Amino acid sequence: MVNLTIDGKPVSVPEGTTILEAARGAGFMIPSLCYQKDVCDVGACRVCVVEVEGDDMLSASCNMKVTDGMVIHTNSRRVKEARRVNVELALSAHNSDCTACVRNLNCSLQQIVSDLNILESPYTKKVRYDKWPKDYPLIRDSSKCIACMRCMMVCEKIQSLGVWDTRGSAVHLTLGLPGNKTINESECALCGQCIVHCPVGALYARPDTQKVFDAIHDPEKVVVVQIAPAVRAAWNEGVGLNREEAGVGKLVAAVRALGVDYVFDTNFTADLTVMEEGSELLARLADKGSHAWPMFTSCCPGWVRFLKSQYPELTPNLSTAKSPQQMFGAVTKSWFAQRTGIDPAKIFSVSIMPCLAKKNEATLPGMDSAGSGQDVDAVITTRELVSMLKTFMINIEALKEERFDDLLGEGTGAAVIFGSMGGVMQAALRSVHCLVTGQNPDPDAFTAIRGFEGWKETSISLDGKKVRAAVASGLSNARELVEKVKSGEVKYDFVEIMACPGGCVCGGGQPITDGAEFAPERAPVLYDLDKGAKTRFSHENPSIKKAYDEFFEKPLSHRSHELLHTDHTAWTMPPHSNT
Amino acid sequence: MERLFLKTAQPGENTIEDIYAGLKRRVAAGERGVCPVDLTAVFLRLCQSQSCGKCTPCRVGLDRMTGLLEGMLGGSGSLDDIRLLKRTASAIADSADCAIGFEAAKVVLGCIGTYYKDFETHITTGSCLAKHQAVRCAWNCPAQVDIPGYIALCGEGRYVDAVRLIRKDNPLPSTCALICEHPCEDFCRRGIVDQAVNIRAIKRSAVEKAGVVPPEAGAPSTGKRVAVVGGGPAGLSAAYYLTLMGHQVKIYEKRGKLGGMLRYGIPLYRLPDQYLDYDIDAILKAGVDTVMNTEIGKDISFEELRAKYDSVLITIGAHGHKSLAIPGEESTGVISAVKLLSDMGDEIFPVFADKNIVVIGGGNVAMDAARTSVRLGAKSVKCVYRRRVEDMTALREEVEGAVAEGVDIMPLSAPVRIESDGNGNANALTVQPQMIGTYRAGRPAPRKADKPEERIECDIVIVAIGQAIQSEYFSGCGLALNYDMLEAELSCAVPGMPGVFAGGDCTFGPATVIRAIEAGKVSAANIDNYLGYAHKITLGVEIPPASQKHKVACGRATSLEREAIDRKNDFEMFERALSEQEMHQECARCLRCDHFGMGTLRDGRVYQW
Repeated sequence: MVNLTIDGKPVSVPEGTTILEAARGAGFMIPSLCYQKDVCDVGACRVCVVEVEGDDMLSASCNMKVTDGMVIHTNSRRVKEARRVNVELALSAHNSDCTACVRNLNCSLQQIVSDLNILESPYTKKVRYDKWPKDYPLIRDSSKCIACMRCMMVCEKIQSLGVWDTRGSAVHLTLGLPGNKTINESECALCGQCIVHCPVGALYARPDTQKVFDAIHDPEKVVVVQIAPAVRAAWNEGVGLNREEAGVGKLVAAVRALGVDYVFDTNFTADLTVMEEGSELLARLADKGSHAWPMFTSCCPGWVRFLKSQYPELTPNLSTAKSPQQMFGAVTKSWFAQRTGIDPAKIFSVSIMPCLAKKNEATLPGMDSAGSGQDVDAVITTRELVSMLKTFMINIEALKEERFDDLLGEGTGAAVIFGSMGGVMQAALRSVHCLVTGQNPDPDAFTAIRGFEGWKETSISLDGKKVRAAVASGLSNARELVEKVKSGEVKYDFVEIMACPGGCVCGGGQPITDGAEFAPERAPVLYDLDKGAKTRFSHENPSIKKAYDEFFEKPLSHRSHELLHTDHTAWTMPPHSNT
Repeated sequence: MERLFLKTAQPGENTIEDIYAGLKRRVAAGERGVCPVDLTAVFLRLCQSQSCGKCTPCRVGLDRMTGLLEGMLGGSGSLDDIRLLKRTASAIADSADCAIGFEAAKVVLGCIGTYYKDFETHITTGSCLAKHQAVRCAWNCPAQVDIPGYIALCGEGRYVDAVRLIRKDNPLPSTCALICEHPCEDFCRRGIVDQAVNIRAIKRSAVEKAGVVPPEAGAPSTGKRVAVVGGGPAGLSAAYYLTLMGHQVKIYEKRGKLGGMLRYGIPLYRLPDQYLDYDIDAILKAGVDTVMNTEIGKDISFEELRAKYDSVLITIGAHGHKSLAIPGEESTGVISAVKLLSDMGDEIFPVFADKNIVVIGGGNVAMDAARTSVRLGAKSVKCVYRRRVEDMTALREEVEGAVAEGVDIMPLSAPVRIESDGNGNANALTVQPQMIGTYRAGRPAPRKADKPEERIECDIVIVAIGQAIQSEYFSGCGLALNYDMLEAELSCAVPGMPGVFAGGDCTFGPATVIRAIEAGKVSAANIDNYLGYAHKITLGVEIPPASQKHKVACGRATSLEREAIDRKNDFEMFERALSEQEMHQECARCLRCDHFGMGTLRDGRVYQW
């Protein structure tokens, strides 16, 4: 332990602790802009500076480690002066048209400017306006960027992609793409982690709410909405309710209040994914020599983009099963349309997702398999849902809980945990076990692979044969896993990967609270829903049975292949694309 | 009534001088990697501050050029602006009334020429290609030694760890502690505050205080065999790293001892044997095999080596002599500096007592030959050089050391002929006085002065005008030559000969020890790759944390030398080590660029290669 004094108070912390963590742990409020635990400690904003007795200069507390006997002042005159000037300088380079900003009232710069009571800046404002393709799912507004470098660090350290880089020097320094690349030529997985780590409004998802708004008010259109599992674990943060107040029933009621025609649950197609992907795994296992191993899940489009840019040679390892979002779109414009007699051309299919990559996934070649335009017409993030609810002046507190609409509104406990790391694998193993042995396993038999970080493994014995499975979330973990698979250091049959650390609950489209780590809070929401579910096995979902009986016949049938599977080689990712 | 006044500094003038002093330090420390467009704009602003404002091109033109550059920097420039800038600069260079204007414009023209791509990128993409150098000392060290790391370790008294950290990138720490040309110090950011840290002296303290440090443990044996031709710094470095990577390495050395130019070119008073052997012992202890007195092409053929080994590295150095091509050069008593220093390495001491010596040349080898002659008891030592003293390529301290020891420098003297007595013994060198003239290839060139020839009486003439590479044999084996240098790629691979690599002086001409070490490191990495491996040289030494102390100006503790009157009589080391107190102050002066500035963001430390 290291003993030091902070603002007169004796503090004892483990060796290697930074001054900032030591001070915050002891209850001192040191403000910061660029710092984010485990992500960014570059010491660029100089807002977290403190005075260490005996030093010639102030220190950035975020990246200076404590030493024994240190005497620290977090609020001396020197500190206050430097902090204020540095915030004023940052403000002078920031487009503070706050009222028209996606992060208004949820912005770290706005917060500190307000805390420091900075009412006018002594400096001339000089703001940078760079061009950006506004049709790309990820948008960067250079006028808001404060060069905290978090986007670059999270992409490099946590996601191992390094899409962002610094460009230029001195006052001209900004964040951009390395070399002369454009974002369209980059290897961006569209995980959106840079967005949720941005302290200001410099990065955001392409807004698609206007399309949904237009469809809702178009009397010709039948608006069919699907809600992804992870949305229910986090939407409350955006509307200011606690998790207990904002149950699934409330969410359904709120979405219905927007004026849409059907509110369905992506859980339904999560169960369908389990059926198709599980059957595919068994089919591949039965013909082991003809396939590349391990089989990778394909439900996370960020991961699919990553694999196709970093390891295109492993594309055949991806399950051909579409993601639940895309299965849902295809089912909506086929079976659902047929059963209800609605002209599929009139259906406007909307998905509410915790994710940016889903916006891209919906536009990929082959995602129009039902024959009526794209199977999913618009994808909005959880944040966009929240903004729509506000725009539509919906009094959520006053709403009573409601149920999903029938047919495509039924999901199992297995489906809802898709939203958390390890969920897809658990759901699949539950059903695969039954498909092979005819018996359900204990639904909690695979909890070893639950978690928020790193990479975990488990195995299941099927008719005496061991099937080895692994799950990983976060793309640097994914890269490590793939490298070890390639080198032969590890051997698996089935691998689930989620691009975002912790899985979809921490997706790039989820509500943002700067500095908060939400996986430990959001994931249990889904696990509780699983535990309390009527059934916890995808194959026992009555609507799934109906879908196969009435329409798809059986998993991997001809019709399944047409509507529920996809060809991952139909498109390419940079640097392998020809465009 | 008074009509003349003494010029004394007015209070305000001191400040201007202070600004210039700070500016000079900053420019001398030369932060690199900054945007060339921005730098040109700033340079122009500085030039404007010096303009008196009398003439249009300078008064208005410098400002308009700055405006054009600022437009490019701010994103509002067009490609036409580059053309306009060039046109303007050409006109100002042609028509400004004084140097303040025309020299400013010339710099702009040079900048557009060299950095056209950056100008263009600014306009097309809004920023440039310039990359900041995070840790400039390490970045500019050819071997990329972790300088802030080992300085911090020395500051904490962890000398063994410091030596281990240095060896991660440079297996000759003891040698470099004495004779490295320390390019790192030219780039030390401390120079902005006061003066560069005395980095080489800290390294010497690390080595002397650490004592014997065993080599790092190697990787499991790969069974691959590598032959290294030549046991100089490049060959030794490559052999060391290849051995750590698990390969079986044998060095073929023509001479009786290892070290190459370090032993057969550097005089003992600069690099005593025990310092060189400190490094060689550790390299041999790592498991490097050697065969001495074996010359490739004589005792064993290159083809045989290629057949016997999985890879062959050629590091034969530059041990040949370059002749003057003047009449009388064949006289007895005319010797090459290379031969003199090489004999000294074999402890063959020529008899110079009571002889008058003339050394021809102005490089470090000329200084070594001159100072060795003094130590051999020569009656007089003169050093003849075509250009001025300030044009000599020898390090400043080498020239000053030689002068202090009694060497007479005769600048602006071009050798014409060597005269000899009836027995063919040289007895005089005739030189033609020169004057310095216009610049050629960036250096002022000498030209013949209208003065009569001068005759310098002497007994021995030592020719030190450069070294040649003895590459004929390898040329005969099919290796391509560039003059006498072996052709090799930047990876040290020999084109068209898979598995054959070459590096060091034999590929780029006589250079510094640290560049030879770099070549050893680069060839080791690429030979490892060639053999189908990807071994990493890593070191898990934990580096002490940085602090915000010692940032106020503090003088550099310079290394002292033994007094000239004393040191010139023997071959004992002439340089003194820093005291422990001085070393600690020097360590504290390090600004820790690995932690501060761009160092925290990226490139602060190279953990493995």
